[in-house]
This record gives sequence, C-alpha cells and structure tokens, in this order.
Amino acid sequence: MTYFLRKIGFYVVALWAALTLNFIIPRLLPGNPVDILLAKLQQRGGQVTPATRKAYELLLGGDTSEPLWSQYGHYLVNVFRGDLGVSVSYFPAPVTEVIGSSLPWTIALVGIATIVAAVIGVGLGAFVGWRPGTWLDSFVPATTLLAAVPYFWLALILVYFFATGLHLFPAQGGYDVVLTPGFNGDFIGSAIKYGVLPAVTIVLASLGGWLLGMRNMMVSTLSEDYITTAQAKGLPDGKILRNYAARNAVLPSVAGFAISLGFIVSGSVVTEQVFSYPGIGSKLLSAVTNNDYALMQGIFLFITLAVLGANLVVDLLYGLIDPRTRARS
Amino acid sequence: MTNIQQETEPTIGALTEEADSTTSIATRRASKGGIRRFLPTLTPWLVAGIALVLGVVLFGVIGPLLVGDPTTIRDSGLQGPSAENLLGTTQTGQDVLAQLAFATRGSLQIGLIVGLLATVLSAFFGILGAYLGGIMDEAFSLFSNVFLVIPGLPLVIVISGLVPREARGLWTIAVVLAITSWAGSARVLRAQTMSIRNRDYVSAARVAGERPWRVIAVEILPNLLPVLASQFVFAVIAAILGEAGLSFLGLGASNSSTLGTMLFYAQNGFALANGAWWWFVPPGLLIALLGMGLSLVNFSIDEVINPRLGNVRAQRRRDRRAKRTARSGGSPRVAPAAHDTKGVAR
Amino acid sequence: MSATAVLTIEHLDVVYETEHPVHAVKDVSLTLAPGEILGLAGESGCGKTTLAYAITRLHRPPAKVTSGSITFHDRDGSDVDLLGLGHEALRAVRWSKLSMVFQGAMNALNPVTTIRAQLDDALVEHRKGLSRRERRAIAEDALRRVGVDPSRITAYPHELSGGMRQRVMIAMAMLLEPQIMIMDEPTTALDVVVQREILREIVRLRDELGFAVVFITHDLPLLLEISDRIAIMLRGEVVECEPASVIQHDAKHPYTRRLLRSFPSLSGARGAFIRSGVEDGVEPETDTRAVLVQAAQETDR
Repeated sequence: MTYFLRKIGFYVVALWAALTLNFIIPRLLPGNPVDILLAKLQQRGGQVTPATRKAYELLLGGDTSEPLWSQYGHYLVNVFRGDLGVSVSYFPAPVTEVIGSSLPWTIALVGIATIVAAVIGVGLGAFVGWRPGTWLDSFVPATTLLAAVPYFWLALILVYFFATGLHLFPAQGGYDVVLTPGFNGDFIGSAIKYGVLPAVTIVLASLGGWLLGMRNMMVSTLSEDYITTAQAKGLPDGKILRNYAARNAVLPSVAGFAISLGFIVSGSVVTEQVFSYPGIGSKLLSAVTNNDYALMQGIFLFITLAVLGANLVVDLLYGLIDPRTRARS
Repeated sequence: MTNIQQETEPTIGALTEEADSTTSIATRRASKGGIRRFLPTLTPWLVAGIALVLGVVLFGVIGPLLVGDPTTIRDSGLQGPSAENLLGTTQTGQDVLAQLAFATRGSLQIGLIVGLLATVLSAFFGILGAYLGGIMDEAFSLFSNVFLVIPGLPLVIVISGLVPREARGLWTIAVVLAITSWAGSARVLRAQTMSIRNRDYVSAARVAGERPWRVIAVEILPNLLPVLASQFVFAVIAAILGEAGLSFLGLGASNSSTLGTMLFYAQNGFALANGAWWWFVPPGLLIALLGMGLSLVNFSIDEVINPRLGNVRAQRRRDRRAKRTARSGGSPRVAPAAHDTKGVAR
Repeated sequence: MSATAVLTIEHLDVVYETEHPVHAVKDVSLTLAPGEILGLAGESGCGKTTLAYAITRLHRPPAKVTSGSITFHDRDGSDVDLLGLGHEALRAVRWSKLSMVFQGAMNALNPVTTIRAQLDDALVEHRKGLSRRERRAIAEDALRRVGVDPSRITAYPHELSGGMRQRVMIAMAMLLEPQIMIMDEPTTALDVVVQREILREIVRLRDELGFAVVFITHDLPLLLEISDRIAIMLRGEVVECEPASVIQHDAKHPYTRRLLRSFPSLSGARGAFIRSGVEDGVEPETDTRAVLVQAAQETDR
C-alpha cells in the first residue's frame, strides 16, 4: 500500500515541478515575450486591454511590480481554473479548446503505436532470448540499426515509398478533409487509413529498444536458479518461458518505461510534423513558429500531464506484477 | 530518437559473486588479468561497430578538408548524382556531398559536447548521491526522477521557442539538450553504484578508514567504468538524434550546420515531393549508421558488464566447433588432468 | 539389474568443455538402494554438485556427459536409461520419480509467483485430472508435513524466512512422492538449530514414505549422523564409499581420514583439535588446498 501512495505522491511532486518550470522558464530567458505576443494578438484583430496584458504577464512574466510569489500564486490558480489564455495562432479560440481538439489524436496515435511496439518488441525479444544461438539471434545487432534511425527520417522514407511512390497511403493529414469528424464508420475508417504511416513510423523506430532490452534480460534470467528448478520439475518449455522466464525478464522493461516513453514522445512530435498530423505535437510547432507563447506553454503542460499519467499507470502496474516492491517500501 | 533500453536496476542474480563451484572455475575467462578484464572481446560485431563509427568520424573530420565548398550556389538545382557532384545537388545547386561532410562534423561536435555534459551531470547526481546515501541520496534520486518524467523534447522546444533566434547559439542548445537528457543515465549509475557500494571490498576499504573520495576513486569508479562508458555512448547517440530533431524543426542552433539542418532544408526545399532522394536519404542514413555503430560498440561493453551475454556467443562457437569435429569423424579432445588417462567421447 | 538398487551409476564422466577442459567427474560408479540415505561428501569444487545435476540431466553447457550410464530402476520393475531419454520422456520422469532440492533456496523459487502457484504447476503437469481443490489439498498437506503452516501457501517467496523457504523446497520436492530425492547442500545456508529440525524432518519423511536420498554436503559429521552409506569425493573421483560406521571408525583412504580430523569436536579437551592434527613427522595442515595436494600425492605413492 505504501508503494502505491509513494508513487502517487511522487507524481504530484513531478506535476508541481512541471508547473513551476513552466512558470520560471519564460521569466529566465532573454527577450520580452509578452510584448511580442500582444503585438501578434492585435494583428489578428484582438483587443488588448490592461486585463489581457495582466493575464499574459502572469503566464509569461513581465515588468510588473507584483512580487514573484504573488504572481506564482495567481498563475497556479489560473491553471487549476483551466484558464491558460487565448491562442494567438488560432485566435479567438482559447488555449484549452485548441488543445482539446488535438490531444485525442495524439493520444490515439501514440498510445496505440506504443502498445503495439511494446507487445511485438517484448514478445520477439522473449522468443529470441529463449533460444540464444539460433539464426534469429544474429539479427539482433541488426535491430540496433533500426533503433538508431531518427523518427522523422524514417517517416520521410516511408512517405517516399508508400505515399508518393506507391500511392498506398496518404502523405499528410489525419483524415480526409471532405468528411465531417464524428463517430461514424467513414470517418473512423479514414482516420485509420491516415494514421497507418505515422503509426508504423513510431512502431518501427521504437521496436528495437524493447526487443534488445527484453532479449538481454531473458539471457540473464535464464541462468537464474528458479529456471533450473522449473526444468527439474519437468514443466513444459512453454510454461517455463512464460511463467518463469518472461515474467521476470519483462520487469526492467516496465521499470524503464519512463525512459522509453520519453523517446517515443519526442519522436512522435517530429513525426506529426512530417505528416501534418493534427495532433498536439504539430500544434506545438506551429505555436513556436507563430510566437504563440500561451499555446506553447499550455501544450507543454498537457503533454507533461499525459506523460505523467501514463508513467503513473505503468508504475502502479509494476507494483502489481512485482510483489517484492510492495514489501520493499 | 532511439529508445534503446538501458538496464535500470541490476537483476537480482546478475551481480552476485558466484560461489567457487566447478562451473565458475571452469568457465572463468582464462588468463584475462588486469585491465584486459574490462575490455570487450573482439568480435565481428564489435569490429563492424568500430568500423562504422570510425568511418563516420573520419568522414566528418577529414571530409570537409577534401570536398568542395558546400555553400557555392549553382544553376543546376536538384540534379541527381553525377560525376561532378557525387551525391547530386540541392535545390540551390549546392553540392550535397560537401554539405554532408560539414554537416557530419557539426553533428559530431554537438553530439560529443552534449554527451560529455550529460554524462558529467548524470555521474554527479547518480554516483555521488548513491554513495553518500541517506537524505542526500533521496533528494538526488527524487531530483533525477522528476527530470526523467518531464518530457524532454517538448521542454527543449518550449525553451528554444522562447529564446529569440539570434540568441540561439551552439552552447545554448548544447546546455539545454544536456539538461533534458541526463536523468535516465543518472538512474542507471545510481543503481550500479548502490550495488557496488554494498560489496565486500568497498566495505573493507571503508572500515580501514579510507576517506570517501578515495574510496570512490579507487574502489568504485574502476568498476563503474564499463557502465559509464556505455552510458556515455548512449548519451552521444541521444544527443545527435535530439539535435537532429531540433534542427529539423528549425529550432536548432542558428548558425550551425548539422545533419538535422540538412534535412530541414531538404524538407523545405521540397526534396521529397520532387523525389530528390539523394538529398534527404544520406543525412538520415549517416545518423542511423553512426547510431548503429555506437550501439554495436555498446553491445560489446554490455558483455563486459554482464558476462552471461558473452556466454551465449561462446556457446555458439563451441557448438560449431563440436559439429565440425563430429562431421570430420574425430572425437572432441579432452586434455587429461594430472593422473588421468580417460577422455573417450560418448 | 539387481532389485536391491533404485539407481545405478556406472563409470560416469562429466567434462566442462571450455578452452582448457575440466574433467569434473571421473569414472564414478555408485549404487543407491531403495529408501537409503547416501551421503556424498567432499570439498568445494570436487564435482559433487556436477554429479548431482548430471543425474537429472540438468547440467548446462559447457558441461557434458562424455561416457558412462545412469539407470533408474523403477518400483514397478522397469529400468530407465536416464541419459538416453528423449526430451518428453525425461520431463515425465523428472519430479514424479526423481526430484531435487537445490543449494541455497534463496533464489530457487520464482520470485513473482505465489508458493501455491509453484506447488500447483508440478501437480498440474504430472497429476493430470485432479481438480483445483484436490491439488490445493495435496499442496497444503505437503507443507504441513515439513512443518510449514498451510495458510502461508498464498505467500510470495520473499515473504518467507530462509528456513521456511528451504522447507517449502523440500515440500515441493516431496509433492509427487518420488522414489529418489537428491539434496544438494539443503541446509548449508541455515542456522544450525533450523538445520537440525529440517534434518529430522527429512529422516522422518524417509521413514514414512520410503524414498531414497542422495545427500550432498561438505559437512561430514552431519552425514555421519544421518546417512546409511557415505561416498567421499576428491577432484572428481569417488575415493571411498562405505557404510557410515565404517567411515567413522575405520576409514581407509588418507583423504577421508584427513577430512575427519579437520572438524573440531564439541567434546574432548580444549585445544585438542589443533594439537591432534599433528602426526609423527607431518606438519598440521589447516589449508584445505594443501590438504588436497598432499592427499593426491599420497595416492600417487
């Protein structure tokens, strides 16, 4: 029980750290983002009242006479109220609305791709690690090539071959723009079709890591005493592979999920750019290009929230599958 | 962006010393004393890895001296490979091969700088914290874990976005990349240090009254060297990939020329739409090959850290040898022990 | 073969095929009678564990059986050539006819599954047709027999103490009431008080169920207490194999005698152990490696 509480506590601390980072960074860097932002806002036809200026200064910092702590307090209150400002590049939509419309796309793409890559990678890794020395094992170093390939470059290659070359899949976008978004068969089918290449990119680029990690752990685990006991008991190979070897070998992969997820999130941001996929990553990049600082900050916050959430889920899962952690803390 | 798995916690059995059984006596690496114990064995994969790394590094270091000027603009835009331009030209007629050489140098530079910075940071937070133990360890560990879960590239993008373009120099980008990538290594180093710290020879040194810095330098660091080396290699790979991604997005260092910026220009020059594969394939391929070479080197370092991985290969060699002897009709020779004359094959 | 043996080992050789091959087991021949406790004693590295693993073919590369035979004489009358069995046939024999208790149960149990699951899968594999409840009853009964509270069946291995884990291992080995149990240093890592309890259990269970035991240890006095016969191993060879009383009072091989003298006695005059190590003209040897070399030289002579 203490394990679970500790984990939740940790993620609360991490969230607080992210919020604080979000607050501090614009204030530490050179330049005056608020002026640039307001100028852009006026260009788009927005109104700049003192209240507007105040609101943005809370987010990004400015020459106010208000003490830092007070600013910090107001900033936190605003964040929890859901007020992240108004987007400049998507004026007049508020930041939360822009995020809300694009976050599901990213979560669907990255979530599905990660699960597929993890399942295939761990499964193949377990199989290859079980019978080291077969011809399969000699391919393992070759997967390092795949693991070192930059996501966006792989995306470009895939687009080159499958989209512009063979015209099998579309090169850009999240769905066919003539359709109206909704939970109907046409739209979902179209979304899947447009999602294949981005998803394949993420799966291929992240597969190598899972596979290598699992294979190495299997080789280590197979020399443990409890494997010898299982063999001495005359258990069938399949049972030993699953219940004794893989069950133990998979633990570090789960424990190291945070690192893996970090890479996957980085990779998917760039992948979305290549495919102009309507996810939160491409919104972040267009925000940067347009000096839409409020949107940038808001997106960073939400990506962090999603990543922390995913890590929390996996950490809790780890507590379930490794009974020793519950005793340790 | 690779997610090559790093072992976060040492496995229960992997690092315990084996009892003095016949198995361990028999399989102990014969005659590998002193420093050789720490060096990986020379396998085809290691040779391939070193060859790849050396090839790319040489290309980046010497290449710029041998190729032409990468910035000369010609009229012959987007031409395929020819005798004059071995890798064709860009949209503005610049020689791709020349650009590739300079870009490789740029990527290597930043890769090394960031790799070094990140490794120093992770060594400090990982090793020192684990050695000191107690509240310092808890604090350092918490710090590392928080940095670990906060998404790296989005943070880098936000920071890069907030910095005006003129101020985005090489060192700014390097520092930002290092700050967002040290946490994973710190965790691994902490786990390793904790396991070494509990070993008998370290306890012996501490009981003998050696000062902490001496214990770290003499007892702990030498045993951490393989892991440190492995983490450094990871850091370099991650740095090159991270910088490439950043540059591809147009957020890299403003006056630099790396493989990432090359791909940025390729993308903006509609290389893909025009099928100019000679422009966008080589830069990414070079990154991938360098990454692969470094990973292969890491493979061999892994075998030093975890000797069981080496047994797999050794076993395969023994099986091949046994098959060969069986096929040629001979029997496996068994060197007789002191006063023994047996050894007939079954 | 004779009806008075349950296991016959003839001229067994096991070699570690490394760069410089190590002949770990040399021309070993032993017989095991039904219900007998055969002690196997020797120093570290003498090959007794290698021998134990070879019997059930649990030895892993680079270890290889290069010659000899191991025959299991089943209660039902058939003879099984253990070294020649196919994979599936070997699996069927393992645990149900011949089980093993490993050295240091610290790591011999799967850390991520419950005791119940680990006792269960042996039953599922070898006693098909039993219901879940029946299997659980058998498992709990086995735990009771070794002195472990049956309610601990839902525990994970790390929640049990070292002594309890070893008892669980013994319970697991007895689950299918095999005819032979091989025990490799089952009590070495435990406190002496716990050790005594477990040894008493083993002897009691042997009397109750009638299985034969190969008890491997370096602790010779222990073997003198519980074994029927004792075999002494030195550098891969069995140098002496006699009933326990013969070993204790009339050991013939010099190494056996030296081994016997190397254990201090709880009775007798204080200091006698150190002093009595001296023979006429021979220096007291407390370094075991030197003992081995000396003993080898003596046999050469």
